[in-house]
Amino acid sequence: MIASAIAWLDLSPRAMLFLVLLGAVLLIAPFIANDYLLTVLILILYFAYVGQAWNIMMGFAGQLSLGHALYVGLGAYVSAVLFTRYGVGPWIGVLPAMATAVTCGAAIGFLAFRFRVAGVYFAILTIAFAEFARIGFDHLDFVNASAGLFLPVAQYAHNDLWRLRGSPAMFYYVILAATVLALLICRLLLRSRIGYLWLAIREDEVAARAAGIATFRYKMYAVMISAAVTSFAGVFYAFFYNNLFPEQVFNISRSIEIILGTIIGGIGTLFGPILGAFVLTGLAEALNSAMGHFGLDLPGAKQVFYGICLLLVVMARPHGLWPWLAQRIGVAEPRK
Amino acid sequence: MPFDVYLNVAVAGILTGLVYGLMALGLSVIFGVVRVVNFAHGEMMTIAMYLAVVLFSHFHLDPLLMLVPIAAVLFAFGYALQAGLINPFITRPEHSQFLLLVALGLIIVNTLLIVFGPDAQSVQTSYAYDSFQIGLLIVDASKLYAGAAAILFTAALFAFFRLTLVGKAIRACADNYTGALVVGLDVKRLYALTFAVGAACVGAAGCIMTLIIDVTPMLGPTYTLLAFIIVIAGGLGSMPGALVGGILIGLTEAFAGILFTPSAKSMFAFAILVLVLLFRPQGILGKRVA
Repeated sequence: MIASAIAWLDLSPRAMLFLVLLGAVLLIAPFIANDYLLTVLILILYFAYVGQAWNIMMGFAGQLSLGHALYVGLGAYVSAVLFTRYGVGPWIGVLPAMATAVTCGAAIGFLAFRFRVAGVYFAILTIAFAEFARIGFDHLDFVNASAGLFLPVAQYAHNDLWRLRGSPAMFYYVILAATVLALLICRLLLRSRIGYLWLAIREDEVAARAAGIATFRYKMYAVMISAAVTSFAGVFYAFFYNNLFPEQVFNISRSIEIILGTIIGGIGTLFGPILGAFVLTGLAEALNSAMGHFGLDLPGAKQVFYGICLLLVVMARPHGLWPWLAQRIGVAEPRK
Repeated sequence: MPFDVYLNVAVAGILTGLVYGLMALGLSVIFGVVRVVNFAHGEMMTIAMYLAVVLFSHFHLDPLLMLVPIAAVLFAFGYALQAGLINPFITRPEHSQFLLLVALGLIIVNTLLIVFGPDAQSVQTSYAYDSFQIGLLIVDASKLYAGAAAILFTAALFAFFRLTLVGKAIRACADNYTGALVVGLDVKRLYALTFAVGAACVGAAGCIMTLIIDVTPMLGPTYTLLAFIIVIAGGLGSMPGALVGGILIGLTEAFAGILFTPSAKSMFAFAILVLVLLFRPQGILGKRVA
């Protein structure tokens, strides 16, 4: 079974070696890393995961969404409300959470694609819906409006994986598993019929339509799958941070943060989102602790740093770091 | 609610809408000619607002007097931006340009946050609490001056594009890029000039805006989005459309504020955006593109 899995991955021996090494390091990380480092790793994997999810829409199908915070927020709120009000655990709650996100994604996709809202207009529409949700939730008393929704935090003697209450190490393994799963799903999608159709749409939508591809349907699939995958990140967010404020969860800066790692790593690549998350979050945390070391406390510094990173990458490496790095270390992904 | 309340709200909405229109006009001019969507538009406006606030708090210079100097500063900023940063990007894919300006916006917002802090700052002019009464109508002096200044600046802009040679050359670039090159126009320089003019618009709008609202660094993204909504509603690339869109959004926000709750007013602007995109995607005054 392992042999067939390796064959299916279709990687060069060197790439395999890198992957195994990375996997091993990530697997034993909780035993060697301190709490701070573990939290940083959780953050990195979280961004790798959502970046991967966003990549399905932009990287594969070429639809620029700048409102992915919407799906994160919906996933977070649905699962948190179910948990706090009805005692429904996260692994059951994730289903209605995904369903909600998919429904919203489908609605936005339907409106946009049916009425030929494309490019910049589409991006604006996605932001508008996320902002709409932000202000809406800010006035929705059912979810405590702007006062925020809190999950009960208690000291648990042992890790309760089923209810997702426990130590950072448990959360770490959950998000690690999710990231690996997302990578495999994306790999599967990209090498299947739907993936090739997406790439055709991304490269030239008019030509794709002329070739008989039902572009509307496949763009819808891209939004819906991306929304579903993203919404789990919301569930994780809710149970890891235990507090939700519309002003934070749905904020446009969240949507931007989600996409930064993937852009820096490489849009449309499988390992780009992961590399990007490591580079960006890693550097940002290093910056944070360096500033802490010098006794500086500048609330916007991290974002300025993000902006500069984005600026440099967009100017100098428009295809991202991963294609360039993969070439250097000899593990280039097969051309797509 | 009595009629005079509606009337007052409508007038206040229109006056604010005129300033919105001027802000959106900058975006529209830039997109219409350079074909680059300025995703740092609201952020550029906050720069102008902070300039006005600082000039007022340190030197007691009235924002209305500083209108032209601040617009000039933003003009230079816009020119440098287009000539230095954006011109190499005009042949790149749309999302690439978009991300470049997103990055710029991110840097501007957070630099302002570092320099000025998160708290709202305002300009307390001597006429801040004055108002004029005309029959049933009570108009805030600040809003009236703001609307008048916006109209003056907008008129100057229209005159620039209609009457001056440079303005005509810019419109030629927008109409036919290749044609403009063929007749020997320096398109890159004209692009930089256009971006500068757009930046001057948003600079002037920001300066005026300090009379109406307080400034925080986080205003940037909100107003970028608002500018887009206005321009899309009015018709991307149409200058009168931006004004009409501005007034429409100003009115919508004013009525949403009085009929519902002021903090939810932008939801109604989004609703307008969705309606326009669905039923009249070219915008109210936009031309239909085949």
